[in-house]
Amino acid sequence: MSILTKIEGEFDSLLHYLNGKSGQAYNRLREQAFENFKKLGIPTVKNEDWKYSSLKGLEKYDYKLSVASSVSPEEVKSLPFAELEGLQLVFVNGSFSAALSSPLLNEKIKVLDFSEAEKEMPEILNEYYGKGLDIEREGLTALNMALSRQGAVIHVPANTTLEKPVIIRHIHATAEEDVKNSVHHLAVIGKNAELKIVEVFQNIGGNSSFTNIVTEIFVSEEARVDYYKIQDENNSSYHVGTTQVIQKDRSYFYAATFTVNGGFVRNNLNLVLDGEYIESHMYGLYIPNGNQHVDNHTLVDHRKPNSESNELYKGILDDRSKGVFNGKIFVRQDAQKTNAYQNCRNVILSESAGMNTKPQLEIWADDVKCSHGTTTGKLDDDAIFYMQSRGIPKPEAIKLQLAAFAEDVVSQIKWDVLRDELDILILKKLQS
Amino acid sequence: MLNISNLQARVESKEILKGINLEVKPGEVHAIMGPNGSGKSTLASVLAGRETFEVTGGSVEFNGKDLLELAPEERAAEGIFLAFQYPIEIPGVTTINFLKTALNQIRKYHGQDPLDAAQFLKLMKEKAKTVKIDDQLLRRSLNEGFSGGEKKRNEIFQMAMLEPALAILDETDSGLDIDALRIVADGVNQLRSKDRSFIVVTHYQRLLEYIVPDYVHVLYKGRIVKSGTKELALELEEKGYDWIKAEADSVSA
Repeated sequence: MSILTKIEGEFDSLLHYLNGKSGQAYNRLREQAFENFKKLGIPTVKNEDWKYSSLKGLEKYDYKLSVASSVSPEEVKSLPFAELEGLQLVFVNGSFSAALSSPLLNEKIKVLDFSEAEKEMPEILNEYYGKGLDIEREGLTALNMALSRQGAVIHVPANTTLEKPVIIRHIHATAEEDVKNSVHHLAVIGKNAELKIVEVFQNIGGNSSFTNIVTEIFVSEEARVDYYKIQDENNSSYHVGTTQVIQKDRSYFYAATFTVNGGFVRNNLNLVLDGEYIESHMYGLYIPNGNQHVDNHTLVDHRKPNSESNELYKGILDDRSKGVFNGKIFVRQDAQKTNAYQNCRNVILSESAGMNTKPQLEIWADDVKCSHGTTTGKLDDDAIFYMQSRGIPKPEAIKLQLAAFAEDVVSQIKWDVLRDELDILILKKLQS
Repeated sequence: MLNISNLQARVESKEILKGINLEVKPGEVHAIMGPNGSGKSTLASVLAGRETFEVTGGSVEFNGKDLLELAPEERAAEGIFLAFQYPIEIPGVTTINFLKTALNQIRKYHGQDPLDAAQFLKLMKEKAKTVKIDDQLLRRSLNEGFSGGEKKRNEIFQMAMLEPALAILDETDSGLDIDALRIVADGVNQLRSKDRSFIVVTHYQRLLEYIVPDYVHVLYKGRIVKSGTKELALELEEKGYDWIKAEADSVSA
């Protein structure tokens, strides 16, 4: 059975399950989204945006929509980031696990499946759900909209600061079978409110997981959001994720994406700067080895004047791994006095590793400051000899230099405990 | 301590060292002078173990060991230190972190326990004072954005920390104004002792006014063509290199 036939069957049974509940707004979107997906399909390398990243390998696996999970609480608690202090929301194979999560007595945050969310906060869903997404062009986003039933719905009311950060952990229980999930999170941060949030992706077991996730974040006027995404998935995993952000006047958004491990990773980070005096930061670090494939696509859409965006992505690629960086910056005609900076730097450690970088700047305004740069090079032999000449053995010298290369992305993290855990993971990977 | 015998080296197919003979005893300061392109810096690099250069003949014995058999880090652990002509900038690694790693790796090589943070900092403060380098500089990324003088001073500071048996200064005077030169030379002189030897590679006599050598050798076309005492440096200052070139060329012709 082809993957498309399987997906159609799944969608039919989902509609059957939802029978009688289909009047709701998100369900009306569902059928439209599925129609779009059928037209668009799973992207292939003929699609310019997927030129270097092939999903053909998905056909090899027999993905189950597994709700029943075989993981024990001990296993989940023994993974990195399990001890991170904050509101822990744990999703196992795409299903929210109340038992593994923090108690959510806090009134400010709700985690619901969508039918419940519509009962509890219909106005949030109606106003925001799916609003920033492009399901006319993005096949897998459309598929997510068609199939998603679970996710965190987070609403931070105006002038509120969540004392604790939100930690969303996605555990793929892949010890026994190949599993997939279509989680969809929605975070709405009210005027002058603040949120710190991290999404973590981890496998338990060596089978394949196919994650097709969408996270939507609305940053209202003067609101501030720190968003982290940490990927530590296994070598047979597939991950396609879209983080869609809309920012309003004088808001601040910071994103840092760390891909420590993953078989196939495609991250789309889309920022729409729909206001003035906005500040946006995007940092990324990817350190693939073996046959790992990491593709980061970012889009910053400056729509109004006087905003600033700043982007730094860095990669360390070993063995036969492949990396892709595509950074789009749009500066619309209205967006005078825009400052937009983009930089992507890579170190290739092996002859067989490869990196494709493509900055794409489209500027319609005339009074702007934009810069971009990409570099891909080898390790600095002079620096390694310098270290050796002081008594540091070559492997140590290489490790020290790679850690230093990653440092200006890692040191950006203002969340100390998170940074320390991440540092350990990164060093462990660089040592292997 | 150091015995170089008929040392030959090339980079790609270009012969650069064509048979160097040099003996350095404990506590001695040898200056290597010579016109540009004579092979001075190559000699310094070969002794430190830079892979760009291929040793094609000869031998180097250092405290009874075959130096050419050792990796650069092993040479460092055995007591060789090269002060670079162009110290490398390494963003993201502080001088402190760098030197702590280096020092403890050398200690490990000798089967000693690593210094803990407090012991290291104490040692560092002491040595920083000796060579008059600002603590703040050492907390920054290694050499990143340092002025020429600051970089050279950092080299001397590293030398003070690692306490080598043989220090090789590769054109340490290049790019320094007279004040910076004096500070660097003072640092070196502080470190002179009856057990520690120096090879001072320089194009100009100027540095040797401050670091007074026991012997001066002139390198030309990959060979030491003249050796003498510090007076030879003065003669070179006065007359330039042409007379040496003429002398050497007539011998080889």
